[in-house]
Amino acid sequence: MVCDLCKDGEAVIQLTEIEGSGVRLLHLCEKCAAERGVETTLTAAKPQINNFLQTIHEQMPAAKGEPAQCSFCQATLADFRATGRLGCAHCYDAFESSLRDLLRRVHGNSRHIGRRYVAPLPSELPHVSSATELRDRLKRAIETEQFELAADIRDKLRGIE
Amino acid sequence: MLDLSLLPDGGASWLDASGEHADIVISTRIRLARNLEGYAFTPRARDGERLRILTQVREAFASLRSIEDGVLVRVDELPPEDRLLLHERHLVSKELAGLNDQPVRTGAAVYLSRGVGIMVNEEDHLRLQALHSGFHVSDAFGVIERLDAELGNKVPYAFHNEFGYLTACPTNVGTGLRASVLIHLPGLVLTKEIGKVLAGLQQVGLTYRGMYGEGSEVVGNFFQISNQTTLGRSEGELLDYLVRVVRHVIEREEEARRVLLRDAGYIIEDKLWRAFGTLRYARSLSFEEAMNYLSGVRLAVGLKLISGLSVYTLNKLLIFSQLAHLGHTEGRALTESEANVARARYVRETLAAEAE
Repeated sequence: MVCDLCKDGEAVIQLTEIEGSGVRLLHLCEKCAAERGVETTLTAAKPQINNFLQTIHEQMPAAKGEPAQCSFCQATLADFRATGRLGCAHCYDAFESSLRDLLRRVHGNSRHIGRRYVAPLPSELPHVSSATELRDRLKRAIETEQFELAADIRDKLRGIE
Repeated sequence: MLDLSLLPDGGASWLDASGEHADIVISTRIRLARNLEGYAFTPRARDGERLRILTQVREAFASLRSIEDGVLVRVDELPPEDRLLLHERHLVSKELAGLNDQPVRTGAAVYLSRGVGIMVNEEDHLRLQALHSGFHVSDAFGVIERLDAELGNKVPYAFHNEFGYLTACPTNVGTGLRASVLIHLPGLVLTKEIGKVLAGLQQVGLTYRGMYGEGSEVVGNFFQISNQTTLGRSEGELLDYLVRVVRHVIEREEEARRVLLRDAGYIIEDKLWRAFGTLRYARSLSFEEAMNYLSGVRLAVGLKLISGLSVYTLNKLLIFSQLAHLGHTEGRALTESEANVARARYVRETLAAEAE
């Protein structure tokens, strides 16, 4: 169907105009609809573009004193800028201050105030046994200031080694 | 071919239209993003790492008490049409199903039970989600909260003192919580109020998407409204806020419907009956056409212009008239034009059966 106004574009919406007691039906193309201030589903409802990557590009210079790459997964800040994804949990420590700024911009805050998580003790975990995994968990426990847990893991580790 | 009847509820209980405001809010989804300690995040992990993750969580799933009769589906071992089927039924994301620009990842899997699913090796190692019919935010969250507590006791999550639950993308960090409602807003679209409402959402920290989440187009006046921020507010605050705003949007939608009926009654009525007529008799329907007419019929049912048609049937039509679902019924993959014919037949027969 052709647009009732410009007689050129394809009509994408049917506009019902109410004037006094009369009702008038118009078939409009997207352009004419827009000119009449009508937002079609097409124009109004386009999901917003995820501008997160852009935020990273524009506003995230490397903070001084941060390592060039994460010691656990070897990801760099350049990797993060390119993909918008961090390599692993340790990246949050490696690039902490850059991320803190970014998180403030994205969430308006950088501190988690929701539920707190306490990792299960290694003895309760069916699957954690190898020294590598324990060392990894020890490091994390110290970093997150879970010192009792850290002591437990250290004892376990001594037992294995 | 994947047999969805093996799932405890066929993976479709969220369509049963049982919840509050079921004619306007189709479903409520809550998801938590979680990662395991000791591995790189999924996008950076190697195949072997992802398989180890799968082995580790698989053992944990088997001993979960909050999920009964769960079924683990190895998404990476499914043919493309079955992956699309799971995605169309809202059981896995586009990313997990390998339907984005990236192929499906080795180790991609989903553990499914009644209204609950755990995606493994999505962008995060674990995506716990509950999908409920209607507007049921706190019930859906309750289910996921219990599951999360239990699972977190069996596998160690990556958690940071300051940043909370750590996620591959910093937009999910903190609570890892995304709560979303799939909502039908034809009244606001027809009265041209929708632009204002959507702009308003963004100002208050919420966001909207199409029916299939990030990057999906809005079709049939179905919108997904969800929280945008995940950090700096507690889970309870994020949920309360979403509930308050969505209630307000529902009120605006109801008001818009009253205005439509009052000011343009016979035109609206004509338009909606025509939509119904097309669905009853058309011999070929594209997906987009079907969605738009179904939107009209759904509105007509909400306005009580059409009776004898259940919201459950309308929900089912939305999901089962999609490409992979039609192919599944026919027992083979369909071309687009074959699917259009199959879709028209399926819609026709379903509506005819309901009218009897």
